[in-house]
Amino acid sequence: MSAARRSSASFPSAARVELGRTQLRRNLGHATATIRRKRLATVGELADWEELREAGRVIKDRTMRSLDRHLEEFERAFTAAGGEVHWARDADEANAITVAIALRHGATEVVKVKSLTTDEIGLNDALAAAGVDAIETDFAELILQLDGDWSSHILVPAIHRNRTEIRDLFRRTIGDAELTDDPSQLAETARRHLRERFLRARVGISGANFAVAETGSLVVLESEGNGRMCTTLPNVLISVVGIEKLVPRWEDLEVFLQLLPRSSTGERMNPYTSVWSGPVEGDGPREMHVILLDNGRTRVLADAVGRQALHCIRCSACLNVCPVYERTGGHAYGSIYPGPIGAILTPQLEGIDHAPSLPFASSLCGACEEACPVKIEIPRVLVHLRGKAPKPRAERRAFAALAWAFADRRRYERGQRLARLGRGLGRLGPLRGWTASRELPQVPDTSFRDWWRDRGA
Amino acid sequence: MTAAREEILGAVREAMRGASPEYGPRPSGYHVAGQGDAVALFAERVAEYRASVVRAAEHDVASVVERLVTGTLAVPDGLPGAWLPATVEPVREPIGVDVLDRVDAVITGCALAIAETGTIVLDAGPAQGARALTLVPDHHLCIVHASQVVHSVPEAIRALGAAVRERRAPITFISGPSATSDIELERVEGVHGPRRLDVIVAE
Repeated sequence: MSAARRSSASFPSAARVELGRTQLRRNLGHATATIRRKRLATVGELADWEELREAGRVIKDRTMRSLDRHLEEFERAFTAAGGEVHWARDADEANAITVAIALRHGATEVVKVKSLTTDEIGLNDALAAAGVDAIETDFAELILQLDGDWSSHILVPAIHRNRTEIRDLFRRTIGDAELTDDPSQLAETARRHLRERFLRARVGISGANFAVAETGSLVVLESEGNGRMCTTLPNVLISVVGIEKLVPRWEDLEVFLQLLPRSSTGERMNPYTSVWSGPVEGDGPREMHVILLDNGRTRVLADAVGRQALHCIRCSACLNVCPVYERTGGHAYGSIYPGPIGAILTPQLEGIDHAPSLPFASSLCGACEEACPVKIEIPRVLVHLRGKAPKPRAERRAFAALAWAFADRRRYERGQRLARLGRGLGRLGPLRGWTASRELPQVPDTSFRDWWRDRGA
Repeated sequence: MTAAREEILGAVREAMRGASPEYGPRPSGYHVAGQGDAVALFAERVAEYRASVVRAAEHDVASVVERLVTGTLAVPDGLPGAWLPATVEPVREPIGVDVLDRVDAVITGCALAIAETGTIVLDAGPAQGARALTLVPDHHLCIVHASQVVHSVPEAIRALGAAVRERRAPITFISGPSATSDIELERVEGVHGPRRLDVIVAE
């Protein structure tokens, strides 16, 4: 199975299984509603939120246009500061580089910051195969690792587990028999379990939320302090960074350090953000490595419509507002990247043939695009990918036309009006095969957009 | 290794061929400077993270510190002696992590603080110490001078530019004590970083 995929089951069949899990649905409903509420409150505090979103979008768009230059600049700056930059075309290359560094330092265990990118490349398995134990130190990731489970949400990966399940797991693994299900007791258990491992670790592994080209800086946002531990205490630090994480200038962080925490946890700021720009005498790791990872990203970049998926800053706001995600949970997507962003990112990273059902895991309601802090047009990319998915030619053509219509609002509205005039025409012509087994949707007499505009006038 | 580098850079160039290198002006529509009483806002926002905040006259700092900590106190180089009460036992740099793991608390200054987000920022400058100092002990006491409080995130980032460019300084943004919401989204203070954060605003 390819890297970003966890399961080869199609979305509809995996979703059917997940929909039967009542605990999961209850936990998820509560979690997504809570984060949605917090996010709206903290976003509402900023009068310039829309300007910040536009700035985020423009910075990402501009970065991609000269990405080669920014990558070279990052390499120059980080190297000049005494760090080492490696390049990896795919998961195997990135894993091999990491394993070689760990073995060179005689490490039998490494401590890890939560990182979707290292999940994507299957780094823990590669380290295990070389006899190196990779310890996940984020609280939720630790829970999943102890239980052999996997993430269902980008921000809160163990959100499908409740406190009683976690208590039972800890009693079996790292806690004692008297442990209760009080969250602060559970957190204390994890603290004690990991503290000695932090203090003795020789090698730390991280991803990065951002990499600043100009200054050769890496940036990690987190809450618990495990990220600070992993990036400060070991002698050696290895960071696996997707090439899309670059931003050109230091000042670009003034936009993203506002957009990301508020969109992600709904906090004004996450508890800890760490920035490092190469080794510093007497403070932190003496040896620093960055592995710049492609693993399908340049292929995504080559698609003029789909490349905006690379602008994603992994906040998970689109998961929390998605009616499909809220009901199925993250596992149904069978992907490291679940939810609406996963539905456009995974099929592109892996190739559409590996995840043909994901672009259909959406009702195209548009809530994801409105929540996205960097304004990724997720519905437009979904429809674009539907047009590329393996399926009968007529259907492919219909979705290609839809994608064209979605690309421009006026076109879309004109199309809606045309559809009202042409109701029933779909039963003839090239779509005959498709409509034979499906009801063509009723097109209302007035579109929502028309209604809204008339109401306002 | 160079093969991978050349191949990735080549693929990036090929993918973006025909796209104009820069599209649209650099964004500038968002706010940079804030308005209002930054120090009051800072104190209010820090407190919302369940950190304690005390506003004190500069010459009263030592007596506030005395109220907040007892026992051994890790002290970074450059910390003004006037901030330390006679009742604590200072442990000075360099301090190994094993010792840090056992001290009762650490006291530091900061590079600046951000009012809007209730954030203190360290840049490894004087009175701040190496990063482990403010991470390993369970109690962090941070002295913020009122003149160090800026209003917004953009003001803070711009003020930190020189430290990153000229000193390649590691930067740490701290907003409240360590926390997790991983269990049913219930916030729990203190997982791996200091479980207690006290901020003294000296004016």
